[in-house]
Amino acid sequence: MSWLSNFLTSAIGRKLVMSLTGLFLIVFLLIHLTGNIMILIPDEGASFSGFVEAMESNPVIKVMSIVLILGFVIHIIQGILLYFKNRHSKGGKYAVIAKDNATWASKNMALLGTIIFLFLIIHFMDFFIPMKVLKEYGHHQLYHKVIAAFQNPVYVVLYVIGMISLGFHLAHGFQSAFQTLGVNNEKYSPFIKKLGMLYSIIVPLLFALIPVVVFLTHQK
Amino acid sequence: MKLTLKIWRQNGANDKGHFKSYDVVANEEMSFLEMLDVLNEELINRKEEPVVFDHDCREGICGACSMVINGKPHGPLRKTTTCQLHMRHFKDGDTIHVEPYRAKAFPVIKDLMVDRTAFDRVIQTGGYISVNTGGAQDANNIPIAQSIAEKSMDAAACIGCGACVAACPNGAAMLFVSAKLNHLNLLPQGEVEKLERTHKMIDRMEKEGFGACSNIGACEVECPKDIQLINIARMNRWYFSSAFAGDQ
Ligand code: SF4
Ligand code: FES
Repeated sequence: MSWLSNFLTSAIGRKLVMSLTGLFLIVFLLIHLTGNIMILIPDEGASFSGFVEAMESNPVIKVMSIVLILGFVIHIIQGILLYFKNRHSKGGKYAVIAKDNATWASKNMALLGTIIFLFLIIHFMDFFIPMKVLKEYGHHQLYHKVIAAFQNPVYVVLYVIGMISLGFHLAHGFQSAFQTLGVNNEKYSPFIKKLGMLYSIIVPLLFALIPVVVFLTHQK
Repeated sequence: MKLTLKIWRQNGANDKGHFKSYDVVANEEMSFLEMLDVLNEELINRKEEPVVFDHDCREGICGACSMVINGKPHGPLRKTTTCQLHMRHFKDGDTIHVEPYRAKAFPVIKDLMVDRTAFDRVIQTGGYISVNTGGAQDANNIPIAQSIAEKSMDAAACIGCGACVAACPNGAAMLFVSAKLNHLNLLPQGEVEKLERTHKMIDRMEKEGFGACSNIGACEVECPKDIQLINIARMNRWYFSSAFAGDQ
């Protein structure tokens, strides 16, 4: 199996790992969003709780949530390793930094990733850890916990910042994942680039809308 | 036109290096290298050390004239080497920063000149085909589709200048290596050793200390020969095949 470990530690092998875990997380975001957006349905959380219930009782989702955490961890660790490897390879900065030869997001993926990671810590402390690990409350109460959390304007701002970072991270990451896989050609690339742009605007925007709308409509 | 040059002076790879300011009077017809020649003549007359920079053909085909001008390899003009960059693209009174390529795999020899032999070593591991080709064949003896020939020729335009590495925030050489691989792998003569070549050249590239591509794309923008990122995508596909193929 040495060929496999050689491959996985090669520059392109690492890129492939980033690409595949990234695409997996992109798919996950869609599922996550589908559930979350139900919070905005004005039925006192009935649809949202129904969705949570369905997810909690589905064994496939149970397995997938472990895969998901693995996906996050691998993506993050590999990202950190690549960051340091590349910083070493670069070896210095120019006196004048050219700005018009690449997008800002593409040059700042590690920074954006770090902000998203910090956001994730807050996000996990808010919901995942108290509910799933500490079992402070059951998933039936999740809706009310979410509504309560987003009464706090600080949280709302943090969530919006997290989602803006996610948007920029995806704006580069989405199409970059396909380029790494070797999917770059006249037939598909224009479509992939457009889809990536749409995805990286719409998905974070909808996510960010949830705390904002909850905050504005549930004032006591 | 009067210019202020801030030029990187560095006495060998182990020196720390620093910017030094020079005033120079140039005219718009000069190439950037000719402008540096003017400066060097003055320096020699003043009994100062001339600025060391790499150059050879001065017509955009050898890839020697490596330097970073105002943050861009080969200067502000797209698809142009330093030797073909003319001073009319600058304004009277401009301050211009000139510094060497910065990449671990390209150590500074002196001032603006860097050691790009890492590229040669990558070429040595696979930038050839192993059969004796004999005398030139009749044209069209080997049928090659026009579209394939074009792709290979586009890649063959790479002059090995290293601007891609210099522009890359990761110090990656993927554009260069992919250009060489596409040049040979796409044609029937080179196809035979396609996967082996891909594997060897990429392996060498890594051993030389080049970084890992993160698809930023600055290389493509700064490449004087317009080598496209699509070459990297094709290279990745070959690399995956070479890694996962059952036998070769
Ligand atoms: S790919 Fe372009 S920038 Fe890189 S070495 Fe070849 S010609 Fe120079
Ligand atoms: S000196 Fe040969 S390309 Fe510029």
